[in-house]
Amino acid sequence: MNMAPQLVGYPALELENLHKSFGKAEIIRGVDLSVAAGERHAIIGPNGAGKSTLFNLITARFPATEGKVRLHGTDLAGMAPYEINRLGLSRSFQITNIFPRMSVFENVRCALLWSMGYKYSFWKIVSRSRALTEAAEDILDQINLLNRRELPAGVLSYAEQRALEIGITIAGGADVIMLDEPTAGMSHSETDYIVDLIRKVTENKTLIMVEHDMGVVFGLADRISVLVYGEIIASGTPEDVRADPKVQEAYLGAALEEEH
Amino acid sequence: MTDLTQTTAARSSIMPQVLPWVIALGFLLVMPLIFTSNSALTIMNQMAMTIIFALAYNMLLGQGGMLSFGHAVYMGVGGFACVHIMNWDAFFGLIPLPVLPIFGGLFGMGLALIVGAFSTRKAGTVFAMISLGVGELIAACSVIIVVFFGGEEGISGDRTYGLPFFGIEFLRQIEVYYLVVFWLMVSAVLMYLWSRTPMGRMANAVRDNPERAEFLGYSARWVRFYSFVASGFFAGIAGGLFAINYEILTEENLNLTQSGAILLVTFLGGAGFFFGPIIGAIVFTLLQTVLSLETELWQLYVGALFVATVMFFPGGLAGLLMLHAPAAKMGRLSHLAGPYAKVLFPGIIGTLALCCLIELTFHLRHASIGDHEMVLFWTTFNTHSPVPWLLFGAIAAGGLWLAKRGAPDMAEAFHEANVMKGAA
Repeated sequence: MNMAPQLVGYPALELENLHKSFGKAEIIRGVDLSVAAGERHAIIGPNGAGKSTLFNLITARFPATEGKVRLHGTDLAGMAPYEINRLGLSRSFQITNIFPRMSVFENVRCALLWSMGYKYSFWKIVSRSRALTEAAEDILDQINLLNRRELPAGVLSYAEQRALEIGITIAGGADVIMLDEPTAGMSHSETDYIVDLIRKVTENKTLIMVEHDMGVVFGLADRISVLVYGEIIASGTPEDVRADPKVQEAYLGAALEEEH
Repeated sequence: MTDLTQTTAARSSIMPQVLPWVIALGFLLVMPLIFTSNSALTIMNQMAMTIIFALAYNMLLGQGGMLSFGHAVYMGVGGFACVHIMNWDAFFGLIPLPVLPIFGGLFGMGLALIVGAFSTRKAGTVFAMISLGVGELIAACSVIIVVFFGGEEGISGDRTYGLPFFGIEFLRQIEVYYLVVFWLMVSAVLMYLWSRTPMGRMANAVRDNPERAEFLGYSARWVRFYSFVASGFFAGIAGGLFAINYEILTEENLNLTQSGAILLVTFLGGAGFFFGPIIGAIVFTLLQTVLSLETELWQLYVGALFVATVMFFPGGLAGLLMLHAPAAKMGRLSHLAGPYAKVLFPGIIGTLALCCLIELTFHLRHASIGDHEMVLFWTTFNTHSPVPWLLFGAIAAGGLWLAKRGAPDMAEAFHEANVMKGAA
C-alpha cells in the first residue's frame, strides 16, 4: 500500500504539549514533536525516560493528562484502539503480543481482515479468498516465516515471534507504523536481522520507533529524538543528535549512571 | 490454465472437508434402524439436542474465550417460546412443526442481544459473573413471571397441533428423531462454517489477545457481542427442539444446574476443537441416561470423570484423541495397542472395583434396615459380610497397582510413536 505522493513531507503525526502524570509523578513533561510522512523517526532515551509511556499516549492506550496527539491532522483523544487503527496507525508492543494459539499464517491473515474489507462478516469463508491468502503469504515471505506458516505462533523462537509481530503490525496496510523496542532482549545478530527487516517492510511508510540503544537506530532512522525524564532534549538527524553536547551529557551520563 | 488448477485445487480441498459430514449424516440416519426402541430414540434425541447446545456454548467458551455460567437461559427461553407458540392455535396451525425451532432460535437470539449488549464489554471474570447473575435472575423469574414460565410446574404443549408436514404429524418418536437430526446437521454445519468466517477467526484472535485484535482494527467488544448473539441463536434452536421432543419446559431448563452441565459437557469433550463438544455431549448423555439407570451415584462418577479430565487432559476427550494424530499419520497406532492394554485393562477393572466399594458403602448407609443384599455385576452380595469388601478391595488395589506399573512403559511407547524416524 503506497502512500499518496502528495502526503510526503506533511506531518503524519503531531504531538502538542503532551503531559502525562501518574498520581503525583509526572512522567511526560510537555512533549512537542512532529513526524513527517514517510520519515523514519526514532525516539531514544535511557530507561525510565518515559519512552513507553509516550508510545502508549500516542496510541491512546493511556489518556493524556494534557496536550494533543494528531494523526494526519485528526485529534486522537478519546478514540478506541480499533478506531485509531482504522485511521492508519498500527503498533507493535514491547512485550511480544501475538495470537499464540493460532497458526503463524492465521496471525497474519487476521491482521489483514479489516483492511481488506471483511469487517464483521459471517457470510464469507476466509479460506476461499485467494487474494487474502496471497496477501498473507506475501507478508510471511517478507518476514521470512513462510516455512513456519502452520505452526502455532506460541512455539516460535523469540526472534521469530518479534518478526511475526512486525508482520502483524504492517499487514493491515497502515501508513504510520509504531514499533516499541522491537529489538529488546535480542542478540547482536538477531538485532541486525530485525533492523534489516524493519527497513525493508517500512519502505514508503512513516515509522516511529522507540529504542533504548542508539546504535540500533543509527543506520535506520532519518531523524532521532532524545527523550530524557519526560522531555525531548534534542531532535535531528542521527549525526546532529550524536554531536549534540546536551545529548552526550544527559543521555550518556544517564546511560553511564545506569551501568554503575 | 489458472482456472483449471483453481477448480482442481478447490475440489481436492473440499472433499476431505465434506466427507466427515456425509459420514455423520449417514450414521445418524442408520442409527434408529439399529436401536429401534423408543427409549433409545429418546436418548438419541437428547444427545442431538445436547450436541447443538454444546456446540453453541463452545462458540463462547472455546472459540471466543468467554466462560458463561448461565447459558441454559438462552436454550430455555427458546424452548419456552416454542411451547407458547404450540399453544397459540391460530398461529401454530399455520406453520409446519419443523419450522418451529427457528422461533426458538430467534427468541434465544433476542435475549442474547439484550444481555450481550452489556455483558460482552469485558471477557474474563466480569463476563463470567454477569452471565452467572443473569442466569440466576432469569431462573428466578420462572416463579415470578408465571404467565410466561408457568411457575413451578412449567408449561406444556402438544406438538401435533401444527400444520401437517407432507402428511407427517409427528405423533411417533421416530418422526421427531428425523426432525431433530435435520436441525442437528443444519446447526452443526452452520456453526462450523461460522468458525471459518472473518467473524469466527477474529473471535479466536480476541480470545487469544483482545488488545492486539483492537490494534488490527477490530473492536474486541463487538466481536464478542456477535459471537454471543450467534451462540444464543443456536442455543435457542436446541431449546425449540427440546420443546418439540418433551412438550414441556420447566424451571429446570433454565437453572444453574443446566448451565453447569453444558460447561461440563463442553469441557469434557474438549473446548479447543470444533468436534470436542460433540464427543462430550455423546459421552455425557450416555452417562446421564444409561448410567443413571444403574446407580443413584452416577453424578459422583461424572464429577470424578470431569475432575480427572481437567487435571490430566485439559484438552478434553477430543484433545486426548488428537494427541494420537501424529502417531496415526505415521501408521504407528498399532505399536501403542499392547502398552495401552497393559495399563487400561487392569486400570478399568481396578476402577470398577473401586466403584463397587463406593456402591457397597452407599448401600450400607442408605438401604432400609435388614436389607443386606445388593446386586453388583449380576452377582448378589451380602453387604454385612466381609467377603465382598475384601474381594473388591483386593481387585481395586491389584488392578490399580498393575496399571501404575505399566504406566512408564505406556508413556515410553507413546513417546516413541511420536518421534520422527531419523530425527534423533
